[in-house]
Amino acid sequence: MTTSLPTKFGPYGGQFVPETLMPALIELESAFISAQEDPEFQAEFDKLMTSYVGRPTPLTYARQLSEHLGGAQIYLKREDLAHTGAHKINNALGQALLVKRMGKKRIVAETGAGQHGVAAATAATLLGLECVVYMGTVDIARQKPNVFRMRILGAEVRPVTSGTKTLKDAINEAIRDWVTNVRDTHYLLGSALGPHPYPTMVRTFQSVIGSEAKVQIKAETGSMPDTIIACVGGGSNAIGIFSGFIDDENVELIGVEAGGSGISSGKHAARFGDPSKGRIGVIHGTRTFVLQDQDGQIADTHSISAGLDYAAVGPEHAHLRDLERASYTYATDEEALEAFSLLCKTEGIIPALESSHAVAEAIKRAPKMRKDQVILINLSGRGDKDLDTVTDLLGIEK
Amino acid sequence: MIDLDKAFIKTPIFMPYFPIGYPNIPTSIDVIEALAKNGADIIEVGLSFSDPLADGPVIQKATQKALEQGITVPRALEAVAELRKRGVTIPLILMGYYNPILAYGLENFISEAAKIGINGFIIPDLPPEEAGEFETAAKKKPNRKGSILPLIRMLAPTTPADRMATITKDAQGFIYLVSVTGVTGERKEVPAELPTLISQVRAQTSVPVCVGFGISTPAHAKAVGAIADGVIVGTACIRAIGKSNNPISAAKDFAIEFKGALL
Repeated sequence: MTTSLPTKFGPYGGQFVPETLMPALIELESAFISAQEDPEFQAEFDKLMTSYVGRPTPLTYARQLSEHLGGAQIYLKREDLAHTGAHKINNALGQALLVKRMGKKRIVAETGAGQHGVAAATAATLLGLECVVYMGTVDIARQKPNVFRMRILGAEVRPVTSGTKTLKDAINEAIRDWVTNVRDTHYLLGSALGPHPYPTMVRTFQSVIGSEAKVQIKAETGSMPDTIIACVGGGSNAIGIFSGFIDDENVELIGVEAGGSGISSGKHAARFGDPSKGRIGVIHGTRTFVLQDQDGQIADTHSISAGLDYAAVGPEHAHLRDLERASYTYATDEEALEAFSLLCKTEGIIPALESSHAVAEAIKRAPKMRKDQVILINLSGRGDKDLDTVTDLLGIEK
Repeated sequence: MIDLDKAFIKTPIFMPYFPIGYPNIPTSIDVIEALAKNGADIIEVGLSFSDPLADGPVIQKATQKALEQGITVPRALEAVAELRKRGVTIPLILMGYYNPILAYGLENFISEAAKIGINGFIIPDLPPEEAGEFETAAKKKPNRKGSILPLIRMLAPTTPADRMATITKDAQGFIYLVSVTGVTGERKEVPAELPTLISQVRAQTSVPVCVGFGISTPAHAKAVGAIADGVIVGTACIRAIGKSNNPISAAKDFAIEFKGALL
């Protein structure tokens, strides 16, 4: 039997947290390991994935988008069709089942776009847990529908007014709550971030995306895709789909960060894309690439999409980049908006602004590829939550 | 200058925390000097960080203000050098989150700190599991007397006994015992389970035990001082000094009052 898991991915990851939280991380790791080895836990998780989340999510051939771009054939892994509208539910339910197993009664969560907050609120309702979600006031203003959804589901949404009032500050507050109430509270972290075991645990719960997609794309096209593209905030949807293909060395893995108003503007969240600010550091319990100033203060970030608007990237992505197994690029706000519109108009699918960054990269690459090549995009979430932002920017009549 | 160990000859000791740069850099130097000359036995000199996740609102605001005043790690080290120049001889501990220290460079940070007469470090987001690289760097950069500057070990109410034993095994200087689960900040009462917690720690180690988090009044300090080797006071200190029109005399009054409660 396994007793403990590696805490690092190469030089990245680790457990940079106050002592008060260390015993909780050790307990969580041990609960996670025992759950992974318990067929009943696995059966319960699988059952929820099919009967509640609606998995497997479909694989959609984007015929008109592919024809429009005139190159590679584009397929979409439809996480937007998972219950609650994004991949976040996979991890939220996995962790909530663990919370039950550990006998805790209360969860706290952070949210940027609100998709993880909604998923956490949903999982808490389903499994009878108390749920508090921390959300920056800037994000509350731009993702209102998700705030309503969380409240309707019975979660308490606590506005965060410190710092930049976005995801980073919501995580700070969630950790402060956790450190105060750690004996009966679990921190249901929504991305492949934070201290060990979170990055490993979140990847494991999100790996359902990659394992399904692998079977589906093979059935549909008869082979492996040439390229997989996913957006990367913390990077949970990306690591989820990548994990199914990491051993298939001919499959190119591309993560897309938020380029915001452009790298030179300084207003972005491209941890890998801006070497002047993106350096190895420690934030929120993990060592990874972090946008920071010369003095090690965490930099302000900007993105049109709240879910990518964060100063650090999941540690496993930093490692995959070092290994040259995955590469990372960025899409600007403008490119993401154009991709959003194009997918709406060609396929009748309204993507989340986060996922639109992945679509934007496909738009750049597909025309340069042959028609017998295949791009698989992880369409991580749906865009209903973004309609306010998008209609304003695109000048659509309300 | 007084060695860290010598500060514990007469206990309980009084250890205030104050961030360099609050409310501005020159005043913070004056405040720390006043604390040192009016009863503080050791001072935790705070380095500011944009995301202080173990701190409550008062320290968050103070360190944010310090950052707005342009405090950086090099400027904070200069301020400590100035304190030594002014004749502050008590032990000074640098307290800060890990990222700014990493950004400065571990070995540079430790050797600069040793050069200006720092006596040790408290890094709240660096548990023993991750402390290896820092401690290796510290061994390479001893101070002029040849002493290795210690990374102060922290214990919490959630730390199990076997873990306490591991953490305290090679502890140097003192143990920082976090009195409550939570962030820094004032509390109404001293936690009822503190005496039990302290005796659990004492069962594992003979290193002095200092208690921090939530000590808000001289009465709290007195109660904790009766069972611990030292009391650490941060938020109450910042609040008292922050609300005064004369921060230096407020610092003096604060030190006299808290030290007095421990005599």
